[in-house]
Amino acid sequence: MSSAPILALENLTMRFGGIVAVNALSFTAQRKQITALIGPNGAGKTTVFNCITGFYKPTSGVIRLTHDDGAQFEMQKLKDYNISKQAKVARTFQNIRLFPGMTALENLMVAQHNALMKASGLTFLGLLGVPSWRAAEQSAIDNAVFWLKRVGLLDRADDAAGNFAYGDQRRLEIARAMCTGPALLCLDEPAAGLNARESGALNELLLSIRSDHGTSILLIEHDMSVVMEISDRVVVMDYGVKIAEGTPREIRDDPKVIAAYLGTDEEEAAAVMEAEA
Amino acid sequence: MSASLPPSSPFQSNGSEPVGAAFILKKAVLSALVALGLFSLMVGVRTEAGQSGQLEYWTRFGELASLVGAVFVGSIAVELLRLWLGPRGGFGSFVPASVQSGLSVAGRYLAPALLIFTFLVPVIFYNQRYILDLGILVLTYVMLGWGLNVVVGLAGLLDLGYVAFYAVGAYSYGLLSTTFGLSFWICLPLAGILAAFWGVLLGFPVLRLRGDYLAIVTLAFGEIIRLVLINWQEVTGGPNGVSGIPRPTLFGIPLTPGEGGLAAMLGIPFSPTHRIVFLFYLILALALLTNWVTIRLRRLPIGRAWEALREDEVACRALGINITTTKLTAFATGAMFGGFAGAFFATRQGFISPESFTFQESALVLAIVVLGGMGSQLGVALAALAMIGGFELFRSLEVYRMLVFGLAMVLIMIWRPRGIVGHRAPTVFLEKSKSISSDLVKEGHG
Ligand SMILES: Nc1ncnc2c1ncn2[C@@H]1O[C@H](COP(=O)(O)OP(=O)(O)OP(=O)(O)O)[C@@H](O)[C@H]1O
Ligand SMILES: [Mg+2]
Repeated sequence: MSSAPILALENLTMRFGGIVAVNALSFTAQRKQITALIGPNGAGKTTVFNCITGFYKPTSGVIRLTHDDGAQFEMQKLKDYNISKQAKVARTFQNIRLFPGMTALENLMVAQHNALMKASGLTFLGLLGVPSWRAAEQSAIDNAVFWLKRVGLLDRADDAAGNFAYGDQRRLEIARAMCTGPALLCLDEPAAGLNARESGALNELLLSIRSDHGTSILLIEHDMSVVMEISDRVVVMDYGVKIAEGTPREIRDDPKVIAAYLGTDEEEAAAVMEAEA
Repeated sequence: MSASLPPSSPFQSNGSEPVGAAFILKKAVLSALVALGLFSLMVGVRTEAGQSGQLEYWTRFGELASLVGAVFVGSIAVELLRLWLGPRGGFGSFVPASVQSGLSVAGRYLAPALLIFTFLVPVIFYNQRYILDLGILVLTYVMLGWGLNVVVGLAGLLDLGYVAFYAVGAYSYGLLSTTFGLSFWICLPLAGILAAFWGVLLGFPVLRLRGDYLAIVTLAFGEIIRLVLINWQEVTGGPNGVSGIPRPTLFGIPLTPGEGGLAAMLGIPFSPTHRIVFLFYLILALALLTNWVTIRLRRLPIGRAWEALREDEVACRALGINITTTKLTAFATGAMFGGFAGAFFATRQGFISPESFTFQESALVLAIVVLGGMGSQLGVALAALAMIGGFELFRSLEVYRMLVFGLAMVLIMIWRPRGIVGHRAPTVFLEKSKSISSDLVKEGHG
């Protein structure tokens, strides 16, 4: 197994006209760990995700991903679809992006597109219905069923994703990301809008994804209880720059972090205090 | 990334508007005013060229008044109907659940019944040439509709230039057969391949465009192909078109009178109807092939990727789907079916000219897809039958044909804003295939 961190950002900068959303940001995410990326609203967290997953082309900097076998990818050079296909990075979105008119099962089947495309002989063998294609399709369904069970949505496999409750949609989106077989899973505020019970279940799910499946996780989260409970390391951003980095305990006591939150949003600062208490 | 709410249908108006006599009256007056504005020149003043070419005109205020009056009364009637039918929420949602499920049961038997009937049409109407010709026409549009459905209904790409591929297919067969003497059965796949090739060629520059821009560029592409056909006289014959296109043969056996013809070989008397019946089954087979391939493609990763693209392009990119090739394959597949249909058209007519491939054809096929319910195979077939058959039905109305036809379209779109078959059937299921309501299914954006 490679000893390099799974993800390393080196001087990542993203400019939108005059706005510098991310400014010379460097941090690493360790293999098979949960790394949390926190910061007040507008700090640039989602922008970092969009750079990692190829939705934005960074103005400058390097985003390096290293697989277990040592294979390296520089994400800023990859085509957007290759970030999932080759570099094996999956993500969810801050505002959920499911395929609302497709069933939960179909959503998870679309996630396995590249593997299935290959198995279907670029559609031609699939059109003829050759046995190897049928076997591949069945194993894709089995994989989808596995993840549906894992997130507790198996009984709703045949329902349209658009009909799901908010919390269920969030979990379905995670299941869909996992169906791509990622090395790194990027979650943008997965606990947003969840109630306490759902949030607890989410913690368990993420911990199990990390330890049972060996998937490294990069997590944006405002809910401090989630961050404190499950993350191995925390990176704090404000105004596009990193202001602190360390274990959850270190971060909790860092006056700079508390100041950053106090300076922007009372509620969140209170959440930090609460987690401390 | 901005949060986007699903756009609600313009016909599903908000229920907060007050519905009173004043409201209804106001709406009717407004409608009447619009009608007055529209018709005052169209109907109110009649112009004609006089004997020596001078402008002659006279007024027809009586007709104008009756039209405006009809709009006024009609508007009140529609509003009262809405009031009577229940809470305002679009006509589509008025249908009670029991009727909906009844419809879906009927739908299950409708498709096989329709198919059996179609197979029997040449038997039942053997002596009615008109019906057979109409059947061939309807089936041609069913096939075109199914082909365009791949692009518009599944992949959600608005293509206003579909007729271009129909033309490419027709001219491919017409020119290959008249110049090189190739037979229909060799030219048919070639026509499909050439059309698909043009589909990809069109696709490359336009697929980065979305929505309205894509629609406009595809529209222009359709027109460009037509203009090329008109102006490239040496190859295409210009406005005169290509004539003397060979009729199809039954795998080499011509359907002609005399020695070597099918009738002579079977020892039955020759009849020109044989060829019509043959053409009927030919287009039926082509259409069914299109249907079969499309249904299968939907259940393959490529088809699912098309639909996913229609639902959310950003999510597709995050899942490692190559947007460009996925869109191109949709364009190419749709174009290929258009090309097949074009080759059939050429062999049926025996003569083609650019006049057959105007924007009106594109619009008609698109209307069939939209009316049918985007993505639904059965819906598209029903819509083609309704549009082409209905158009013939109203033939006796002469000048009012278009008017009645347009009115019927508007009414259907009010009644079923998402088309005749509005729901979507899942492509894979674990326990039970539950059809998905049209409110959830996206229409695509580009
Ligand atoms: N596409 C864009 N064009 C212009 N400015 C952008 C764009 N995307 C992000 N920004 C700006 O970059 C800054 C960081 O935004 P970002 O969405 O990354 O914040 P965030 O940390 O995810 O905040 P939140 O916690 O609210 O989700 C904001 O000022 C935002 O307006
Ligand atoms: Mg964000």
